[in-house]
Amino acid sequence: MRREAPQKFSDYGPLFFPAGMLIVFFVVPFATMIAVSFFRRDPAGFYSPDFVFDNYARFLSLFFGKVLGFSLFLAVMVAICCVVLAVPFTYLLSRAKRKTQVLWLVALLSILSLSEVIIGFAWSTLFSRTAGITNLLVMLGIMNEAVALNPSFGAVLTAMVYQALPYTVLVLYPALVRLDPTLTEAARTLGASPMKSFFTVVVPALRNTIVATLIMVFIFALGSYLLPQILGRPQHWTLSVLITDQAIYQSNMPFAAAMAVFLVLVTLGLVALTVYAGRKGEAA
Amino acid sequence: MSGLTLQNIVKQFGTFTAVRNVELTVPHGTFVCLLGPSGCGKTTLMRMVAGLDLPTSGAIRLDGKDITNVPTHKRDLGMVFQSLALFPHLTVGENIAYSLRIRGIGKEAQKKRVDELLAMIHLAGYADRPVAKLSGGQRQRVAIARALAISPKLFLLDEPLSALDAKLREAMQVELRQLQQRLGITTIVVTHDQREAMTMADTVVVMNGGEIRQAAPPVEIYRRPADTFVADFIGMTNLIDFSADGTGASVLGASIPGLAIPAGLESGIISVRPEDVHLTAPGNAPISGTVTFVRDLGGTIETFVEAAGKQVVAVSMPNARPDVAVGQTVGLKLNPADCVVLKS
Repeated sequence: MRREAPQKFSDYGPLFFPAGMLIVFFVVPFATMIAVSFFRRDPAGFYSPDFVFDNYARFLSLFFGKVLGFSLFLAVMVAICCVVLAVPFTYLLSRAKRKTQVLWLVALLSILSLSEVIIGFAWSTLFSRTAGITNLLVMLGIMNEAVALNPSFGAVLTAMVYQALPYTVLVLYPALVRLDPTLTEAARTLGASPMKSFFTVVVPALRNTIVATLIMVFIFALGSYLLPQILGRPQHWTLSVLITDQAIYQSNMPFAAAMAVFLVLVTLGLVALTVYAGRKGEAA
Repeated sequence: MSGLTLQNIVKQFGTFTAVRNVELTVPHGTFVCLLGPSGCGKTTLMRMVAGLDLPTSGAIRLDGKDITNVPTHKRDLGMVFQSLALFPHLTVGENIAYSLRIRGIGKEAQKKRVDELLAMIHLAGYADRPVAKLSGGQRQRVAIARALAISPKLFLLDEPLSALDAKLREAMQVELRQLQQRLGITTIVVTHDQREAMTMADTVVVMNGGEIRQAAPPVEIYRRPADTFVADFIGMTNLIDFSADGTGASVLGASIPGLAIPAGLESGIISVRPEDVHLTAPGNAPISGTVTFVRDLGGTIETFVEAAGKQVVAVSMPNARPDVAVGQTVGLKLNPADCVVLKS
């Protein structure tokens, strides 16, 4: 299809509405946040306009460094777990009967309708000593006595993977449906077992989709701040938790803004690095 | 016995029977074409030979061994798909080496074999190119080389040339046949193009409605079709009713002496190829008719003649044809040896 470049100013008409929304609800608040991050905190009131680097300087400490590191580590773990689970699952789903596919997709979409709070408390019940899944294992004779599985890193990771998995599957699904099924058949006639053909044909052919999905889940997980609080110990709190704490409970808006800006920059940097590495790998 | 044997193969999808009671023997080193209209079960039959579909009942034997339930990847075959199914993330060389890599063959041996195959398909030096940069004909060759990399026991091709333009297709048919003869590999090709089947095959298997209608060498299929479907599907033909009374047969209102009709058959259909319908001056032949249309193709001339209410087509060389025009009356001569009596 040939697309003509817009000629007159009015040709850009369809863009006015989304552009306006983006400016009002994204560009302006983001610019405000950047500005506030340079303001001086006023202990008596809120903050006063200024141009200081104190907020950024305070952030450069071992404590915040560790929190940032943990936040990134958690997000990477969630992304990897989701993709490792979702790629084989979605592959099998895309080869299943139409009815089975619809059933699974509806179930996955219904998980998206759950709020983060419900997911958090549901898992905290499931991981509890009194009513949790360990009681089932005791009944089955696998464990001797019921134990509490939260708060722990595993509990945070499980709930976050649970929350992000539907997105992962929905992003991978179209690419896997479009994948030519004769590719795996060809691999099988050439001597690859179904397992081998999956790893030597399906996964490499979908490399770009998988990288894009990893990035999406990583960014999604980076913003999480409820689940680490409900299911984790303080050392499992992410930078988002600290930002909320500073902004709402400590009334230190400038510092919270500085942390948020820093988080955005680090995220952008990591994504750029991944894309760059992907390009390089493709050229080689 | 060496070669491929299909015993009473049946394949059902739900209530639909795609392949019914197929019996076929493909001796080692022969080239077989499965030919038929779309939906006749030829692709399903090939997929069962490849192990991509399992037969509902029946047995498949290769070199005397029952492989009916052997999974595809353990059958040691090479297959070229209609879509070619080249791996888009691999280069030409990596595509061809795939089956060698999967079998854990060393890098050096892989490279040697890839170079050998590239030379065979006239693409030497293309090993490092991405597949997407090749033309249709080149991709076709790469798919063939990839399927032949391990020197398979069976070489299967599913409509391999259908994506190519007419000229290239004809050239590839000849090339494929020569390659098969050089390698002496048992080959099965699925096609709906009868020209392709006639060019390449030792044995043409004509299928319709999930059944084999006739399996024979190309010339025999053409000269001695088993039934009206085969006669009509392969090339142009005239299907003409006849009636018999025990002493002789009557065709288009005239008797054809010497036409052998099986005893007890009172009526039926004969098939006469257009090139076997000879035009003569009226009165010189028992059958006469009126010319309704002339298609002059330069090399050959097709004359449509209406005789006894039935249209008959005659194909003649320009220099062996009486000069007749539309509306004129001509005589038609049929040689009894050229008429095939068919089951209708």
